[in-house]
Amino acid sequence: MDKKIPLTIDGKEVEAAAGQTILEVAREQGVYIPTLCYMEGTTNVGACRICVVEVEGARSLVASCCTPINPGMVIKTNTSRVRAAQRLVVELLWASGNHDCLTCEKNGDCDLQNLVYWLEIEKPRFRIEPPGYQPETNNSMIQRDLNKCILCGRCVRACNEIQVNEILDFAQRGSHAKVGPAFDADYINSQCYFCGECVEACPVGAITFKQARFKGRPWEIRKVKTTCTYCGVGCQLDLNIHDGKIIKVTGNRDSNEPNAGSLCVKGRFGLDFVSHPDRLKTPLIRKDKKGELEEASWDEALKFVAKKFQDIKKKHGADALAGLASARCTNEENYLFQKFMRVAVGTNNVDHCARL
Amino acid sequence: MAGLAAAFGSGAMTNSIDEVEHTDLILAIGTNTTENHPIVGMKVKRAVRRHGAKLIVIDPREINLVKYADLWLRQRHGTDVAVLNGLMNVIIAENLYAEEYVEKRTEGFAALKKVVEKYTPEYVEKISGIPAEDLKKAARMYAEANSASILYAMGITQHISGTDNVKSVANLSMLCGNVGIEGGGVNPLRGQNNVQGACDMGALPNVYPAYQAVNNDEIRDKFEKAWNAKLSDQIGLTIMEIMDGALSKKIRGLYIMGENPMLSDPDLSHVEKALQKLDILVVQDIFLTETAKYADVVLPSACFVEKDGTFTNTERRVQRIRKALEAPGQAKADWEIIAALSDRMGYPMEYASAENIMEEIRTVTPSYGGITYERIEKEGLQWPCPAPDHQGTRFLHKDRFTRGLGLFHAIDYIPPNELPDEDFPMLLSTGRVLYHYHTGTMTRLSKGSSERYPESLVEINPVDAERLNIKDGQMVKVASRRGAVEAKAQITPRPAEGAVFMNFHFHETPVNRLTNPALDPIGKIPEYKVCAVRVEAA
Repeated sequence: MDKKIPLTIDGKEVEAAAGQTILEVAREQGVYIPTLCYMEGTTNVGACRICVVEVEGARSLVASCCTPINPGMVIKTNTSRVRAAQRLVVELLWASGNHDCLTCEKNGDCDLQNLVYWLEIEKPRFRIEPPGYQPETNNSMIQRDLNKCILCGRCVRACNEIQVNEILDFAQRGSHAKVGPAFDADYINSQCYFCGECVEACPVGAITFKQARFKGRPWEIRKVKTTCTYCGVGCQLDLNIHDGKIIKVTGNRDSNEPNAGSLCVKGRFGLDFVSHPDRLKTPLIRKDKKGELEEASWDEALKFVAKKFQDIKKKHGADALAGLASARCTNEENYLFQKFMRVAVGTNNVDHCARL
Repeated sequence: MAGLAAAFGSGAMTNSIDEVEHTDLILAIGTNTTENHPIVGMKVKRAVRRHGAKLIVIDPREINLVKYADLWLRQRHGTDVAVLNGLMNVIIAENLYAEEYVEKRTEGFAALKKVVEKYTPEYVEKISGIPAEDLKKAARMYAEANSASILYAMGITQHISGTDNVKSVANLSMLCGNVGIEGGGVNPLRGQNNVQGACDMGALPNVYPAYQAVNNDEIRDKFEKAWNAKLSDQIGLTIMEIMDGALSKKIRGLYIMGENPMLSDPDLSHVEKALQKLDILVVQDIFLTETAKYADVVLPSACFVEKDGTFTNTERRVQRIRKALEAPGQAKADWEIIAALSDRMGYPMEYASAENIMEEIRTVTPSYGGITYERIEKEGLQWPCPAPDHQGTRFLHKDRFTRGLGLFHAIDYIPPNELPDEDFPMLLSTGRVLYHYHTGTMTRLSKGSSERYPESLVEINPVDAERLNIKDGQMVKVASRRGAVEAKAQITPRPAEGAVFMNFHFHETPVNRLTNPALDPIGKIPEYKVCAVRVEAA
């Protein structure tokens, strides 16, 4: 058993495990401490200072996300000193970017917006001076607007520590600091694999799904959890549906396995085929071998197939018929297909393309 | 699959995807994991960068994983058995194998030992081109790890020696006591979302659901009762045999659900002739695919976001898909179409929902006995899950192999069926790229994928490119004994000297007009990974 460490948080005496951070203990105890740069499963960098708390005897406020607990520690998360520091951080962030919620895709789902509201800030004390970067719109999947970037580094850690693609990093210093691929390249001109992990990691509107822009607000979206249709990993994902269309795909984090919310480019951006105009919408029959495929009703098509199959069976036996099931279809469909071939047709000539 | 089933008694991935991240060593052979199974690739990279795992990559191509590897063994194409035997030769010679495990849990060791004796590192170097010292290093690294996971994919199976390759992988894993432990195992990564499930459900010519043999009287009797019908005791034909049968008129009618053999099969002109000979071809799909164009009847189906059901992933995890949208036009779920057709054939199938079908599946598929929609609502369950109170199985063969004892197979190396010669001096290997999937019917309609990878490319090593006077981006013609295609050259050190790599996603560049239909005699898998070609400027 791990040794239990006694401490006090907002006047409440609690016990926690050695090695835990103040933030982790607070979350376990249901005490809210806001965060921006903190991201579970990645290195605690303590960059944004929004998670500061007061610790009795400490010389200054400490970042709760990267301060381990000590026995007897007395922590206060909601003093006026803490709130003043948090306000200052948020006002500086607000003033140093172009945080225009009117046209922002993150409106309603933005950590910075939520903090402004929570801290009841009417407007920043400082002059708003966005850096004036050109938004990056030259690929169809991910849009970047570094004028909204708060330099929390979550995208950098998503890329290096979660996906381990090692494309994104910080560049330059001070007020010129920015995140991106090497040599200041756009995503499309870098080695980026477009997994979209950085988009989901971004707490503000700096990195967003391009194709979802203007297609639906966060509160209008219906999420349907499903399993990806591409490779055999079976990633759990959320179809984000609005107005009868999939507007984007996000990772589902209900369970840790198999993908814990991470996806690849195919699952994330590969579902355009669903609403493609070339989808088959009606049965087709070629009545004469040399003729064309023509539209038909279900009744005609099924009758046609059943008759042909039965004729062949009568004349040449059931083993003159064969069926190919599909590694793309569901278990239920594959089960029914082999049952159909074995029972309704009467042959074991059933296979699928596992070998290909 | 046949290879693993022979060695262990089950052909499925032994361990779980999550275990890959927390093991001591990963040996990736014949898997371009980061492109074909990116999320498994992610776990491999995390294991290396964040948890200090060792990584050995065995691949003729300089795949992305090589960047993360402690050791890269670049073997000549199709020499895997020699390489694996070489690793075992070193492990046995240096007495690094799991003696107690081998004695208690396996059989056939003496024969294995005898056959690998001649595969000394020096002999293997001659066959594979891998420096003897590197092979020794890899053997020691693998043997010394507490838990070591072997990952493989089509780079192992798509050879005429595919089944031998798999058995050799199984040999190596058992030799070091890695089967039946957390973080270990032999882990084939399935290429398609529900290959595992299609096999589990008996979409195979020789078995009913849960791999129960059609020619076993007792089992057949059970299914005859469950389905209330007389069943054939004759093992059916495989996909390649069906195509041959169509050519010889032995097969007259073919029903294809969601498959596109006119792009995915080896030697496409053979398939084309076969399909044209049929009295009736029925294709059920979401698009008018290359195959559907040859059909007499095309039935429109719903895609995965328009229906309910389950897929079984590569780690045997049964997970839900859910209906989020209505299917376009009159398209219907595949299960609804099959049931409607069955009604017309005089065998009524009455199911109200996909869940209804799963309830029936549970009763005839022992490994799925405990799987219900209710139980997998939040998180999928891994089979075997025989009863409603069973928690599913994270890794197989713990304490006991499915077949009892693990079986070593003594395997000798055989070269690929067709190697470069004077007329066709280069070697072609085929596979997928990150941005596309299989025959491209889905990814090619996606803006993002098409933007990132808009056309088929032939990867050519710079040395060959210079010799052939081919520039990056230039159109080249690639010809084999069976046909020729054209595509743009991409000059990159990824393929070995003398080899080119192409994908099969683009119908404009039907690379399977070139590939060799020679089959592995047991797995019946074509040798997509090796054939001889000639490359020249178009």
